[in-house]
Amino acid sequence: MGERAGGARGPGRFWQPAAAILWKDLLAEMRSRELISGMLVFALIVVVVLNFAVELRLDLARQASIGFLWVTILFAGMLGLSRSLAREKDRGCLDGLLLCPVDRGMIFLGKMIGNLIFVLAVELVIIPLFVFLFDVAFYRPLLLLAVLLGTIGFAGVGTLLSAMVVHTRSREVMLPILLLPVMVPLVLAAVRAGRAALHGWPLSDYLPWAALMVAFDVVLVTVSYLFFDYVVEE
Amino acid sequence: MKSETRVLVVLSWLSAVMIGVAAYLVFIVAPMERTMGLTQRIFYFHVGSGWVGAAAFLVALVAGILFLRTGRPMWDRLAVSAVEVGLAFITMIVVTGSIWARSTWNIWWTWSPRLTSAAVMWLIYVAYFVLRSGLEDPGKRARFSAVYAVVGFASVVGTFLSIRLLKDIHPTLFGSGAAEEGGGLAPGMHLPFFFSLATFTVLGVTLAWHRFRLARLAAEVAELRARLTLRS
Repeated sequence: MGERAGGARGPGRFWQPAAAILWKDLLAEMRSRELISGMLVFALIVVVVLNFAVELRLDLARQASIGFLWVTILFAGMLGLSRSLAREKDRGCLDGLLLCPVDRGMIFLGKMIGNLIFVLAVELVIIPLFVFLFDVAFYRPLLLLAVLLGTIGFAGVGTLLSAMVVHTRSREVMLPILLLPVMVPLVLAAVRAGRAALHGWPLSDYLPWAALMVAFDVVLVTVSYLFFDYVVEE
Repeated sequence: MKSETRVLVVLSWLSAVMIGVAAYLVFIVAPMERTMGLTQRIFYFHVGSGWVGAAAFLVALVAGILFLRTGRPMWDRLAVSAVEVGLAFITMIVVTGSIWARSTWNIWWTWSPRLTSAAVMWLIYVAYFVLRSGLEDPGKRARFSAVYAVVGFASVVGTFLSIRLLKDIHPTLFGSGAAEEGGGLAPGMHLPFFFSLATFTVLGVTLAWHRFRLARLAAEVAELRARLTLRS
């Protein structure tokens, strides 16, 4: 299907529609900065509010720091995800995208990678912020890998569900209700793996959770890719 | 049409009789468990509900995929009936489990993998109905909820596997598991156990069938009403 869009053949052409959609999203974001700036400010507010949950005690906040990180990523990320496709629909761009003679899976991949990059951009700011605020070693490579693995599944299933949510009444309420329960196993694994990496525990404490995350990512992204067609067609 | 009603009447009576017999077997015939005592008897209903709930979600998954492939509204009605009945039984499993846990572990709830994954499963299928209520167009409602049933089924698989792969305080009776030591059923418990399993299966099928018929009648009424407004 992808070949039809570009005309030329070859493996590079296969990805071209997805790359075009991704490039469009990145360009629009660079010019407007509406998604990332909103997510970032919200992430900062979440980090501040989370401190109240531990009565502003640093020792308790440090113990729960990886959980805090994930709550922040989920909440701020959902804000971006719900806008990403709502933006297309409200401006009538979704119909244009669907009229393109490209495989719907390519549209999914383009949107998903865009969402992944936006969430990663937010993480790039809040992870140093956590190091600064809570004095935790969040820069460890294995911990960052666990965050990345969790974010991939989040962006994948989040893109699928946000495409459903734009058609519902009260979409802002709907996305968290649909997405958060699905994310629980992935977040649990990410927190467990992250904690093992943070404290420098042996790899045998880290690998099973990382493997679980990889399995989850594969299943969630594949299912989202396969079923995206059904949630965008009119 | 007529024969369906007759089958449903028979099934309803059969369920009622079987529940009576199961209660007799569980409370009178089954031997007393040595350490847990009377509360162990809740297990016969607990496992039955869990089995029916998981099977109902599997039916919803298959019906959802069939709907996406064929587009026939019948499959959507079957899916929603199955999820509704499944959710009722999964609620039962949380309630009976909590009562048992209170007397055995001395707490109502703990965040062990099994309990967590069961709670997540419950939440996902509640979200399924929230999603349906937020969509007015019947075609979209059917399509989106079918997709969500596919995504959500991962929670059923996760709940089934959780006690078999991870260390858990929840007992495992069948298959290999971390908590298997000391498991297994005493000979006198086999009949009550398998009979209640059968009872819950018949009950689940009966309820889902009633709900399925109700959904079809509701669709017929809606269609008749639409035709009536067109004519007037």
